[in-house]
Amino acid sequence: MTYLRDVGALARKDLLLELRARDTLPAMLLFVVSTFVVFHFALPARSSQLAASGLLWVAIVFTALLGLGRAFVPEREQRVLDGLVLAPCDRSAIWLAKSLATLAFLAAAEVVALPAFALFFHGLNGATVGGVVLADLGICAVGTFLGAMAVATRARDLLLPLIFLPLAIPIVIGGVGASVVGSPARYLGFLALYDGLFALVCWASFEYVVTE
Amino acid sequence: MSPQGAQLRSVGRSYRIPLPGLAALALGLVTLALVLVFFVVPNDANQGFSQRIFYFHVSIALTAYACFVGGAWKALVHLWKRDPLADLESYVAVHQGLIFGSLVLITGSIWAKISWGHWWLWSEDQLVLFLVLFLFYAAYFMLRFSVDPGPQRANLSAVYALFGVVLIPVSFLAIRIAKDFIHPVVFTRHGPSFGGWILVAYCVSQIAMLALAYALYRVELAGKRLDERLRGLREVLA
Repeated sequence: MTYLRDVGALARKDLLLELRARDTLPAMLLFVVSTFVVFHFALPARSSQLAASGLLWVAIVFTALLGLGRAFVPEREQRVLDGLVLAPCDRSAIWLAKSLATLAFLAAAEVVALPAFALFFHGLNGATVGGVVLADLGICAVGTFLGAMAVATRARDLLLPLIFLPLAIPIVIGGVGASVVGSPARYLGFLALYDGLFALVCWASFEYVVTE
Repeated sequence: MSPQGAQLRSVGRSYRIPLPGLAALALGLVTLALVLVFFVVPNDANQGFSQRIFYFHVSIALTAYACFVGGAWKALVHLWKRDPLADLESYVAVHQGLIFGSLVLITGSIWAKISWGHWWLWSEDQLVLFLVLFLFYAAYFMLRFSVDPGPQRANLSAVYALFGVVLIPVSFLAIRIAKDFIHPVVFTRHGPSFGGWILVAYCVSQIAMLALAYALYRVELAGKRLDERLRGLREVLA
C-alpha cells in the first residue's frame, strides 16, 4: 500500500500547487469557453446539431492539451523531477499521480464546459457524458505520459501536440461515436478498451521516460 | 585496447547475408515482380489494367507494417538489453517504415483516383490508417531529433516506437467503427479471387518488397554505423 500512499502524496502536491498558484485551471476554463464562442461563429446558422457535437470533442481535446502542456512545467522549472526519480518510490507512481492531478483539472474544467455547451448549443445525453468520462481517462493517461516525454526534449511545448494528436484520434472517434449514434455501447466499450490498453503501456514503460 | 576502441568494436555486428548479395537479390526479385505484374497476370475483370497497382500497394503496406513492428521489436530489445545498436536499428526500421508508409499513401491515392475518381477517400480504411500512422511516425522524428544523442534519446524513441504497435490495431479498430457515423460503405472492393498467376505475382511482389525494405534498411544501417565510427574516431583523436 506504500505505492498508493506515494501516489496520493504526489497527487496532493500537484493539487496543492495548483490551489496556491492557480496557473492551469483558470486558463483551461477560459480557453474552453472561448473555444465554444469561436465554434458558434464557425458554424453557420442551420448547421446540424451533429456538427456541434463533433466540435465539443475538438474543444475537449484542445483544452486537455492546454492542461497537459502545463503538467510538467513545475517539475522542469524547479528540477523536481530529478528529486522524484531519486526518491525511493516506484517511478510509475509519478505518472499515475500526475495523471490523477491532470484528470482532476480536466474534470473541473468540464464541470463548467459541459453545462456551457448545453447552454450555447444543445443538451447532452447520458452517453455523451459517459463518453467524456471515459475519454478523460485515456487523454490524461496518454497525455501525461507524452507530456513527460516532451518536457525532456528541446522542443518541449511544440512537441506535445504533435505526438499527442495522432494518439488522440481514436479517442475522438470513440467519443464522437458515443455522442452521435443511437446505440453508443460499442463506442463506450472501445473507449474503455483504449483506456485500459494505453494505461497499461504507460504504467509499464514510464520508468524509461524519466531514467537513463 | 582503449575503452573507446572497445566501444567502436561493439558497434559492429555481422550479418549472415552480405549487403551486396542482398541488394542483388532485392533487385532481382523486384524485376521479377514487375515482369509478372505487367506481362503475366491477366487484366482484372472489373478494373482492367489499373488493378495491377494492387500488387504493389498491398505488398508495400504489409512491408510498412513489418518495418514498424520490426522497429518496435528492436526498441523492446533496446529497453531490455540496453544495446545501443538496437536503438539505431529501431530508428532505421521506423525510418524505412515511414518511407514505405508514404508510398502506401501515394499508391493508394493513385488507385483511388483511377478507380473511383477521387484522390482521397475517407471510406478507405487502409488509407486513413496509414495517414494516422504517417502523422504518428513523422512525430517520432520530431521527438528523436529534439533530444541530444544519448541514453535518454534512445529510451524516449524506444518507448514511442512501442506505442506505435499498440496504436496500429487500436486505430484500425477505431477507423472501422467510425464508418458507422462518418459515412456508409459505398465502395466494396471485389476481393480478387486468389489463384494461379495472381497468387504467384502477389507473393513474389510481397517477397520482393520485403527484400527491398530489408536491403534499404541494411544500407541505411551501414551508413549510420559508419557515421558513428567516424565520430568515435574523431573523439579518440581529439
